[in-house]
Amino acid sequence: MAKRDRLSGNEAVAIALRQINPDVFPAFPITPSTEIPQYFASFVANGQVDTEFIPVESEHSSMSAAIGASAAGARSLTATSSCGLAYMWEELYIAASNRLPLALALVNRALSGPININCDHSDSMGARDAGWIQIYAENNQEAYDNMVQAYRISEHKDVRLPIMICQDGFITSHAVENIELLDDEEVKNFVGEYNPENYLLNPECPMAVGPYSITDYYMEAKRNQAEGMSNVSRVVLDVAKEFEGISGRKYGLFEEYCMEDAERAVVMIGSAAGTTKDAIDRLRAQGEKVGLIKIRLFRPFPAEEIAEALKNVKAVAIMDRAESYTNHGGPLGADVMAAMFRARSQALAVNYVYGLGGRDVRVEDMESVFEDLKKIVKDNDAGETYRYLGIRE
Amino acid sequence: MSYNFKETMNKPERLAPGHRMCAGCGGTIAVRNVLRGLHEGDKAVIGNATGCLEVSTFTYPYTAWEDSYIHNAFENAGATLSGVEGAYKVLRKKGKLDETYKFITFGGDGGTYDIGFQSLSGAMERNQDLVYVCYDNGAYMNTGIQRSSATPMYADTTTTPVGSQSNGKPQNRKDLASIIAAHDVPYVAQTTFVQNFKDLHMKSEKAIYTPGAAFLNIMAPCPRGWRYNTPDIMEICKLGVETCYWPLFEVVEGKWILNYEPKKKLPVEDFLRPQGRFKHLFKKGNEYLLEAFQKEVDRRWEDLQFRCSR
Repeated sequence: MAKRDRLSGNEAVAIALRQINPDVFPAFPITPSTEIPQYFASFVANGQVDTEFIPVESEHSSMSAAIGASAAGARSLTATSSCGLAYMWEELYIAASNRLPLALALVNRALSGPININCDHSDSMGARDAGWIQIYAENNQEAYDNMVQAYRISEHKDVRLPIMICQDGFITSHAVENIELLDDEEVKNFVGEYNPENYLLNPECPMAVGPYSITDYYMEAKRNQAEGMSNVSRVVLDVAKEFEGISGRKYGLFEEYCMEDAERAVVMIGSAAGTTKDAIDRLRAQGEKVGLIKIRLFRPFPAEEIAEALKNVKAVAIMDRAESYTNHGGPLGADVMAAMFRARSQALAVNYVYGLGGRDVRVEDMESVFEDLKKIVKDNDAGETYRYLGIRE
Repeated sequence: MSYNFKETMNKPERLAPGHRMCAGCGGTIAVRNVLRGLHEGDKAVIGNATGCLEVSTFTYPYTAWEDSYIHNAFENAGATLSGVEGAYKVLRKKGKLDETYKFITFGGDGGTYDIGFQSLSGAMERNQDLVYVCYDNGAYMNTGIQRSSATPMYADTTTTPVGSQSNGKPQNRKDLASIIAAHDVPYVAQTTFVQNFKDLHMKSEKAIYTPGAAFLNIMAPCPRGWRYNTPDIMEICKLGVETCYWPLFEVVEGKWILNYEPKKKLPVEDFLRPQGRFKHLFKKGNEYLLEAFQKEVDRRWEDLQFRCSR
């Protein structure tokens, strides 16, 4: 039986983890993800989980220990934000190349410097090429639901890749929302037992992990990872369908909001999509044909599906909550525009950088973006394609 | 614990021949003999920091390791094996595993004294049930003989080269065994290849079978980096101990124990002379450097004697 509650995003993810009852959870505190291991430590202290909780001395070690545990045959995870993710950088690549199905509860926060504890996506965007699956949430419910689905995707035999479950720092991690929790038993049954094929603690067959691989084999190893990644979209959709069966909540690779007849669209990731939906509701009430594509799965990138969803749009604004210093825009902009190019899209596209370091994004800001798109359509000219929203120039 | 040399040496090798370590490498000698500390029938997971040992024993698609083995990165052998050990605990608790496993990780001095120091310290402080073995050859040998914090004073390395304005490494080596002992772990020991390996074998068995965290620091000469005649490794190790440059000691539950006191302490120059990395110390006019080196060895030896006399 589903249970209604009022929870912060961090608490919701921590509860999902209690229900999953993972084997090993090494953790190191960093704002704003600290609460996840903190809540979890109390579950350990009260005997609500069987998990081996390892309070390590750094994020590099939390990911290293999670890798060791996963290679050993355990279901493992850690949680972090911002500089913590940056500190475990090399380990992200190692987890992925070892094809270890482990999870990372990431609470997105700006990277230093200047040091800033608030939300943007610079941490996970920087890690987008590390070989991890990345799934993002708009709100607390999605953060919870994505966490429940994480291991089913990551551990799937056609995938076997680590997964990052991302939510926006403070905006969802600390804000309390109404949320519907699944029954403990339902989650347990949905996630299932972890029975790896090969692992260090297999008494029948020892295993060696983490080889030195010279040019003879390195490229094949990387290609193998890409093969695993190529199966992710299918598995994400299969798992989502099964999840809908127990929760009634529908998930895809991305969400389309008012896209059926939209002439102008915004593509974005994370909590600001909620703000954009409000802007769309206001504009739709005035008869304007505007819509939103909210990315859920960012790695791998569902390029063809997004291009297809945008095929009838005249102008699109792609919103990046991270800089990538190309002088052309952010990482989402680059991926969406490349997808549109490959699909021979005729739509005009602009890329906004917004919300860095927790800069507020209001409904009016998103209305102004749609207003900009209106002008672009009218002029049949995208103008400057690399823009900043809400900046003091 | 009773000790039988023949029985110990007759145990099956757990590091198979055919790996690509140099002939006469001290690191390999350390590994093979530490693994003789394992009781037959007990399984192990071996960890390894990046270094010569890793790249030469697990070059895809070949492994020389008879046991399960994990290399993760350079600086995280302590944390990685902590995760493995955590997995063992929980799999046992859940009834998914009945076998006894032991956890032993190897790192060179670069991966242990320097870049892996934090990860090691964390694993020791948490008293993870594992053994961290440092095979200390006193420099980053894998990358080509660069100084580490384990490099002895005045050693000629590629980042502390001897020159008209340089006498080699200006600083003393870090006393890592003491630092780990200060973590209050149940077992710390320092050893090398002497006494027909009895000291090393017994300390390895103790380290492996002491519940909680244990640390072994093993002087493991590198013929390339130290520039001595390769077959002389046993003589070099003996001189290290007889000069009190590398004393044999244990710290058991906080109690310092001196395992060997030379009948006649030899001058440290006997240890330094056969090594090319110290050749400049024997040039005319550099006697003061040898004196300074001797003074430091004496100071540390006296300090150790004091700790062991309490």
